[in-house]
Amino acid sequence: HTCLHIHDNVLICRNYKGDVDMAEIDHFMPLLMQHEEEGLICPVISHGNVHFLWIKHSNLYLVAMTNKNSNASLVYSFLYKLVEVFTEYFKELEEESIQDNFVVVYELLDELMDFGFPQTTDSKILQEYITQEGAKLEVAKSKVPTTVTNAVSWRSEGIKYKKNEVFIDVIESINVLVNANGSVMSSDIVGSIKLKTMLSGMPELRLGLNDRVLFALTGRDKGKTVVMEDVKFHQCVRLSRFESDRTISFIPPDGESELMSYRINTHVKPLIWIESVIEKFSHSRVEIMVKAKGQFKKQSVANNVEVRVPVPSDADSPKFKTSTGHAKYVPEKNLVVWTIKSFPGGKEFLMRAHFGLPSVENDELEGKPPITVKFEIPYFTVSGIQVRYMKIIEKSGYQALPWVRYITQSGDYQLRTNV
Amino acid sequence: MTDSKYFTTTKKGEIFELKAELNSDKKEKKKEAVKKVIASMTVGKDVSALFPDVVNCMQTDNLELKKLVYLYLMNYAKSQPDMAIMAVNTFVKDCEDPNPLIRALAVRTMGCIRVDKITEYLCEPLRKCLKDEDPYVRKTAAVCVAKLHDINAQLVEDQGFLDTLKDLISDSNPMVVANAVAALSEIAESHPNSNLLDLNPQTINKLLTALNECTEWGQIFILDCLANYTPRDDRESQSICERVTPRLSHANSAVVLSAVKVLMKFMEMLPKDLDYYGTLLKKLAPPLVTLLSAEPELQYVALRNINLIVQRRPEILKHEMKVFFVKYNDPIYVKLEKLDIMIRLASQANIAQVLAELKEYATEVDVDFVRKAVRAIGRCAIKVEQSAERCVSTLLDLIQTKVNYVVQEAIVVIKDIFRKYPNKYESVIATLCENLDSLDEPEARAAMIWIVGEYAERIDNADELLESFLEGFHDESTQVQLQLLTGIVKLFLKKPTETQELVQQVLSLATQDSDNPDLRDRGYIYWRLLSTDPVAAKEVVLAEKPLISEETDLIEPTLLEELICHIGTLASVYHKPPSAFVEGSRGVQHKRLPGSAGSGESVDSPDTGSAAGVSEAPPAVIPSQGDLLGDLLNLDLTPPTTTGPPPPTSGMQMGAMDLLGGGLDSLMGDESEPPPIPLRTDTPQSPQLSHQSPSPPDYSPTELGGDLGGNPAMAAGFGAPPAVMPTSFNAPVSGGLDDLFDLGGGVGMPMGSYSPPKTVWLPAMKAKGLEISGTFARRSGVIQMEMTLTNKAMSVMTDFAIQFNRNSFGLAPAGPLQVLTPLSPNQSIEVSLPLNTVGPVMKMEPLNNLQVAVKNNIDVFYFSCQYPISMLFVEDGKMERQVFLATWKDIPNDNESQFQIKDCHLSSDAASNKLQGSNIFTIAKRTVEGQDMLYQSIKLTNGIWVLAELRVQAGNPNYTVSLKCRAPEVSQSVFQSYEAVLKN
Repeated sequence: HTCLHIHDNVLICRNYKGDVDMAEIDHFMPLLMQHEEEGLICPVISHGNVHFLWIKHSNLYLVAMTNKNSNASLVYSFLYKLVEVFTEYFKELEEESIQDNFVVVYELLDELMDFGFPQTTDSKILQEYITQEGAKLEVAKSKVPTTVTNAVSWRSEGIKYKKNEVFIDVIESINVLVNANGSVMSSDIVGSIKLKTMLSGMPELRLGLNDRVLFALTGRDKGKTVVMEDVKFHQCVRLSRFESDRTISFIPPDGESELMSYRINTHVKPLIWIESVIEKFSHSRVEIMVKAKGQFKKQSVANNVEVRVPVPSDADSPKFKTSTGHAKYVPEKNLVVWTIKSFPGGKEFLMRAHFGLPSVENDELEGKPPITVKFEIPYFTVSGIQVRYMKIIEKSGYQALPWVRYITQSGDYQLRTNV
Repeated sequence: MTDSKYFTTTKKGEIFELKAELNSDKKEKKKEAVKKVIASMTVGKDVSALFPDVVNCMQTDNLELKKLVYLYLMNYAKSQPDMAIMAVNTFVKDCEDPNPLIRALAVRTMGCIRVDKITEYLCEPLRKCLKDEDPYVRKTAAVCVAKLHDINAQLVEDQGFLDTLKDLISDSNPMVVANAVAALSEIAESHPNSNLLDLNPQTINKLLTALNECTEWGQIFILDCLANYTPRDDRESQSICERVTPRLSHANSAVVLSAVKVLMKFMEMLPKDLDYYGTLLKKLAPPLVTLLSAEPELQYVALRNINLIVQRRPEILKHEMKVFFVKYNDPIYVKLEKLDIMIRLASQANIAQVLAELKEYATEVDVDFVRKAVRAIGRCAIKVEQSAERCVSTLLDLIQTKVNYVVQEAIVVIKDIFRKYPNKYESVIATLCENLDSLDEPEARAAMIWIVGEYAERIDNADELLESFLEGFHDESTQVQLQLLTGIVKLFLKKPTETQELVQQVLSLATQDSDNPDLRDRGYIYWRLLSTDPVAAKEVVLAEKPLISEETDLIEPTLLEELICHIGTLASVYHKPPSAFVEGSRGVQHKRLPGSAGSGESVDSPDTGSAAGVSEAPPAVIPSQGDLLGDLLNLDLTPPTTTGPPPPTSGMQMGAMDLLGGGLDSLMGDESEPPPIPLRTDTPQSPQLSHQSPSPPDYSPTELGGDLGGNPAMAAGFGAPPAVMPTSFNAPVSGGLDDLFDLGGGVGMPMGSYSPPKTVWLPAMKAKGLEISGTFARRSGVIQMEMTLTNKAMSVMTDFAIQFNRNSFGLAPAGPLQVLTPLSPNQSIEVSLPLNTVGPVMKMEPLNNLQVAVKNNIDVFYFSCQYPISMLFVEDGKMERQVFLATWKDIPNDNESQFQIKDCHLSSDAASNKLQGSNIFTIAKRTVEGQDMLYQSIKLTNGIWVLAELRVQAGNPNYTVSLKCRAPEVSQSVFQSYEAVLKN
């Protein structure tokens, strides 16, 4: 992590340590192209003793160069953090936004990393002293917010709201991989608890979940509890406290943030089950029959369901028949997208598609993309996780209201096909 | 209005115009001008000519303008060192500005101006800033020390900045602590021996406290620094682990990986029976799995590291196979890594699922991925015996797809399966042969030829098949040529009548028409062998081959240990030590894992207690028992080569060496002498070392060559056959070769030397129930350590490994200790460990003493044993008469020693025969006055010659033996061997 380039004919660069020749970047693009051609792209490319660690964001390459045995995971984390900060500053991170704001970009690069060591990367705090309207130099803006070096480096003091509220979103994504013969190869739930905090002062929060380990620790009688396989917390959560007594206590960042994420390994029944028959008659046609079944409670409804069925790239003249919703051919992605706005639990729907195939066969080998499904089911978490309480204590003693919303959605939801 | 307008000025006279604007009185105009300058700089225009004008703008209270000017300075100061001095005053002034933001900005920029001349002016401002009341300034100043050190290390030391930096570790502000740690670690990296990061329990405690409070990045600096510490004992180790584990719940993957590094390292010190050890193992799995939901690049880093972790501690992830299943939309680099880990985790319990997945992958379109998947199926067959049949049928299904590269990969792995399970799956050969024509890759062709040659007797048209390859012999790659040569020789030995013409053809193609020395040599050897003694040829060429081992691409253990210490870094991604890719790595230390659990004493020594990771210099003298323990602990427990044949100790090296050896010098510890060169096989064998290659192990070339290099008898018999040209073969053989072959003169193949009976080396009492008894034997030129391992404990023993300490003759295991099944209580197992003599050398007392460490799942145990020196007598130890005479005279009489062998009732001929069995060769016999004088020569593995005169008088049971050697130290042991051989 010696220096950094935001690339596309080098838009901007910053050499943090001076030990890598900046001209080395000229080797990056050709090497990358070469690797791409060979089908062997890799996030680390080396040339001589310079190593390029890169990520791509829309059409920009963010490249870190080093000639040391750098901490690679730190570098990638930092590059992604960079994208996050720039996106918060400029809405979109793209060539234009960099050029339009190059002064701020330089300032940020200077503040985000020093001599290869990442420093302050919290964009909310950075926005307190690195502003886009640098021209108006107010005294307040030219001071370092104490937050930067505080132990609480993510929240400034003196925040005020008329009405103190916190909104909690519990979002669970289901990842499923189903084999062509219909057996579930792997499935898990990745949950995320997001906060929108609108609280004055420096509030102390405590979040209570129906965590089985916590219940076991406190000897509470078992209600419905959830076993979280792995939990990840925002910087603000006191990790050692959680480790010792499973208490989730923290001073929240202001505004929106992801407080925690968790992974649950329990075998879940795929909420939307897909059965498909895809028959390919070479040189003539492809016939597709897809049956979708809602395997969740009758009271619940899945919204914006999309079943994406792959078709050969040379298919033509699509015809569809659906028992509900509508199907659309998306030729640039070689997909049929079957959309069902509202899909009640326990129901079953059917879609048939018919495509023509050219008589001259495409000799290019095609992969076997899986069927993927997208959906959202509100007011429901598949794991049964619940927010039991959110305690909010601030020294001024105000009353604050927590609001909770639950939603379950598809994550990486793939069903392999036979064709 | 946006900044992009600054990029658009391209008119001529731009610099001139800018100059005017920079010197404008209007602040706004000035700032606009500086922005234009920076914009030009950004797009790569040279605006260094404006240096004085820009620097003039430096003194401003406009923070934005100041930052821009500083940015300019950082870029151009190096090219304008003289003018950079102009900036010094402003820096000094800015470092005292009431606004901490400006103070920090000044100190941050100062360090980035890499101009030696001005550094000394910066010392005072830096000193003040290091003590600044504002932590923002202090944390910036801490980093500045590292910057300054990079420019002028001496200055930083002289000014005492390093001590100030150390003091900052105790700073009240966590961010300052984190930056100080980062700066110190950076500096320490270029000063490997300085005790800069003087880590002691007090500082560790401070770091652990700061860990809870600093930013995610600071946590990484601290964790990376902690990883360099070696705790004093297992209790300290545990308490640090306890305070580090909460970090596994951090949302930042890099924090998690750095925590994993600390835990993996400190875990080494925990006794395995400790409850906490098990708890820790369980805690590691979930966060490692969660890393796979991170961004693809981070997943890649995580997977490369998991690959290491799985090799070091397979138990952590053994139940997590499913998470490594490949998703359709995974990037290729993630797919390939997942596949690698899937194979490592494959076991009987999950093999069905794994195979189903692999089959799915093999029908994908990405060529590299598909190839790897096919190879993976083969590796599963070899790894999990119960699955072999299913794997073979899956491979056959894949061959039916007729996808060219799939077929080729499948054939390559089927050949390996044949090596592992001989004579079990030949029914598939017919199917393989159908695809012969489609093979265009050397590896696949070579594999197919190997199969045809190996099973020639069952393939009716084997001769036709092989002949078809012969047409384009010279266009084939060496790999295929060598294989074709071997294959046809095998065919000939199996079906001599029909294939005489074919074998002549290939031998002459290989010897006469080829420029490739490997091919020619192999051709000559076969030729000679066939013409001399077809029966021996059969024994050599068609000998039973050693089975291939299951895991061949494991990273060599010492490297693995080092890489574990580098978790998360580029080294762990490349699977290479930092010294392999960091330039000027003089400073790069080879990190080591701390010693194993429980033995508090072994880590008490001052060396290991403080400077962690600094590898100790090996003791120069024979170590006392305590030191030895440390020395042995530091040794890796398996030798670097796991599959290769033991390098023959005779034959080839002969020509290269001074016939009379280097005397004592070469025996005792002088390692400058090149080790014996093993017979070349067709390709360099380095599966363990090809860390970068993600492809599965390339064990095939070596195994294929195994026909030649792998058969020890070959090396032994090499010097032996007489140079009689067969009448049926008229090809000329060059004179030089004749000489090479003519060393022997009719000595038959030794039938194996004397081997003493087994004795108990390690009593069960001393080794927690493991008893080892053993002996040494020399068979067909290979030294074997033969052991009986008995489990006298109550629990099952697994994970056996063996390691030798340095010894007088460089004895070292030529392969891992093969204890394939766990050893149940009361069970005994016979193990034969082939040894080579290319290990490190150190003189032992007595000379033939061998110190051994044996590890199992319970502990590491040490014992000493003595090997009969006759194990080291090589097969080509017969000296020419004239050389013998000259040498005898040449060696000073002081070097002669005489011994009596009592109560021996053999005739001189019987004695001579017996001795020859142990490679003590009689060169001449004289009879003087009823007394037989036998003149004998012996050659040791390290090239030392021992000359002997054995006097046998009829009727007298007492023999006299006189030994002459340039290294008289060996005489006593050689005499003992005489005695042992003659009396047994």
